[in-house]
Amino acid sequence: MKNNILIIGGGPAGLESASQLQRMGYNVILIEKSPKLGGHLAKWDRLFPDSVPADEVLGGLLRGAEGVKCFTDTDVRAINRLDKSYNVRLTNGITVLSDAVLVASGFDLFDAVKKEEYGYGVYDQVMTNADLEAYFKTGTDRRIENPGKIGFAHCVGSRDEKAGCRSCSKVCCATAVKQAIEMKQAFPNAEVFCFYMDLRLFGRHYEDIYLKAQKEYGVRFIRGRVAEVSENYDGTLLVKAEDTVAGKPLKVTLDLLVLMAGMRPSGVGKAIGDLLEMPVEEDGYFAVRSGIAASQRSPIPGIFLAGAATGPKTLPETLADARAAAMEVDRYLTEIFPDAKNYKQLVKERW
Amino acid sequence: MVDFGFGLVPSSRINLDLFDKDKYRELVKIEPDARICMACGSCTAVCTAGKFVHTSLREAIEDILNAKNDKALESLQACQLCGKCSMVCPRGINTRHLILSINKVYSAK
Repeated sequence: MKNNILIIGGGPAGLESASQLQRMGYNVILIEKSPKLGGHLAKWDRLFPDSVPADEVLGGLLRGAEGVKCFTDTDVRAINRLDKSYNVRLTNGITVLSDAVLVASGFDLFDAVKKEEYGYGVYDQVMTNADLEAYFKTGTDRRIENPGKIGFAHCVGSRDEKAGCRSCSKVCCATAVKQAIEMKQAFPNAEVFCFYMDLRLFGRHYEDIYLKAQKEYGVRFIRGRVAEVSENYDGTLLVKAEDTVAGKPLKVTLDLLVLMAGMRPSGVGKAIGDLLEMPVEEDGYFAVRSGIAASQRSPIPGIFLAGAATGPKTLPETLADARAAAMEVDRYLTEIFPDAKNYKQLVKERW
Repeated sequence: MVDFGFGLVPSSRINLDLFDKDKYRELVKIEPDARICMACGSCTAVCTAGKFVHTSLREAIEDILNAKNDKALESLQACQLCGKCSMVCPRGINTRHLILSINKVYSAK
């Protein structure tokens, strides 16, 4: 049992499945395009719902994956499908003959510049959820200087047909509530507003932090999408929305507006998907064999998927998906792959 | 029949039994987008007429579904068809066209 398995993507999904597959005795090769392992998790400060330090979680993942051959700064140059295996040429000059390929290419954050009406990159006091996490991590950001009024705009690049992003990104509601609380902790005198269409606090403990934000921190939740933003002469922001509960247009002057940028299919992942000729769905994420019964299997035999490559997921969902993918890979490599004589028939029946 | 006290103030209650199915069917036939509003309020927030007179496409759509057709027309009366709402609608609804269709279908007696 020493098959080579190539894992594409060194974020939480890639690391967790690498760790599991290594324990099963496989020879795992993990590649990551950026210089660092950890994906978005490495840039995050604390995680909802319980504000666990991201470093702690990432540390655990990295320890689990010790011993895995990891190549950072490495991409795929070319892929050939042989009879059953994949011949993968990497940009670092190495060629891997891999019996299974696991794509864990994750997601990109929505580019908030595309929502022009919010003025990210134009107005000084507009930032994204990722910028705010970077602030929590480093403690510095020129935009944050004891802000008196802070707004969070939900659904930026989510549930927005015009921006080409129909789906809900799943994690932003809980992230906004978490960040709203953290801002109140950092600036107790600040007024904090969350502009939402629906609050999707579906997971365990999520409703608890929503309640905490209201009860203990006095965060104001306003049901209405931020419609437009403009900048005042003094650099503050004028935000417009409708309070759809009151049924009245609303404006508020803010010192800081945080855009909750959603999840988009990974651009790097798409390029690899093209090389592998992996089908994608209308939403841009990779298609799976069956959304319910086989959501870690691509329609192409021998190619597996884990994490946000198949749509927005929370971190625990991603980790569970990664473990499931490892099991699927193992099952394929023990039950289908070794049977050279019946391989085609077995794939037809069981893939 | 039990009236749950709903008979007291007719103007402030919603009675879905009065919903005009035929008119609504007529509306969505020419304007299928009437069904996809998610009530985010962007249209109302940016409305240029709304600065002066209460104007709200979101409310009009809701009023129609809540059997308040006349109120729906009132909410759109001051619309100048400037089209700003269509620029911000996250569902990409052709709001101007929808407003015209609502007027067409629900003004006809």
